[in-house]
Amino acid sequence: MTLWFWIVVACVVGFLTKLLGYLVPRKWLANARVARVAGTLTIGLLASLTVANTVATGQQLVLDARLGALVAAAVALWLKAPFLVVVIVGAAAAAGLRLLGLP
Amino acid sequence: MPTSIRQSPGARVGLSIAVATGLYGVSFGALSVASGLTVWQTQALSLLLFSGGSQFAFIGVIAGGGTPVAAASAAALLGIRNAVYGMQLNVLLHPRGWRRLAAAQVTIDESLATSTGQTDPLEQRRGFWVAGIGIFVLWNLFTLIGSLAGDALGDPKRWGLDGAAVAAFLALLWPRLRSRDAGAIAAACALATILAVPFVPPGVPILVAAVVAAAVGWFGYRAGPDGEGLEPDIDPYPDTVQTERTDPS
Repeated sequence: MTLWFWIVVACVVGFLTKLLGYLVPRKWLANARVARVAGTLTIGLLASLTVANTVATGQQLVLDARLGALVAAAVALWLKAPFLVVVIVGAAAAAGLRLLGLP
Repeated sequence: MPTSIRQSPGARVGLSIAVATGLYGVSFGALSVASGLTVWQTQALSLLLFSGGSQFAFIGVIAGGGTPVAAASAAALLGIRNAVYGMQLNVLLHPRGWRRLAAAQVTIDESLATSTGQTDPLEQRRGFWVAGIGIFVLWNLFTLIGSLAGDALGDPKRWGLDGAAVAAFLALLWPRLRSRDAGAIAAACALATILAVPFVPPGVPILVAAVVAAAVGWFGYRAGPDGEGLEPDIDPYPDTVQTERTDPS
């Protein structure tokens, strides 16, 4: 039930954030510094989520098949593969390395 | 004479982006149920939150053992850029009444990119609505297909779905790393995450990284002609949308 509650909170906050842009006076968000923070936040959060999902297991740092998935995905992106192909390559790398016996 | 909707370049670009983006809803659906959400909870995120980065952030924190509060916080922080997009789109489209609410809900990376990639005001409007509504419909449809398939798969690790999540986050980050500054911020936040993992509960390292990123953005700000490649509106499909961009290298 708690999970449902926070899903609803995330959805309401997400919608109100979008709507805010249509309602506040233009100069508030046209501020270049605010736009820059929105940009750096997006980059920082995505980098953090990438790393956390690669090496964190609870509060432990673990090197396992997920690291192989990260490398394989980077190669696919470097070769300009579309999003869905990158995701499948990541899954295949992790599944393949586990078949070879990696944790 | 305005072109008909059939020949509209804005609508065409919007449609192709809707198909490409909608399809990867299947990966969100599958990863969401693998992280422990139900099919209904997964669908609620796609219908109501409807912002790929925020949705992946929510399930990414849950999958790592984080609390729902940390998951909602990460999702909310990643959604802040949508407010900046809303401001830009409000200037371009001036939606009124219920259309303003609908426009807000479909304000995401791709609809902004489609709209701002057009120069004619009519095409900007068509591009925004075709991309926004098209992605909304297809993203939700493919989320459902993905979550039902994911439910049937069984052990997510055997299929490498944790590796798929890593790949999805890297793919969301990749097009934003167009400048040296962007790369440096990504590296600093990645390092902050690794250093924080052993000391704070799961999910919180992501919020630590958010503080680092916001501080760099706020205090490292230099007035200049552009955002040094850090502006939030990154074009996710540079080959499809006709926009002029300078090469960062």
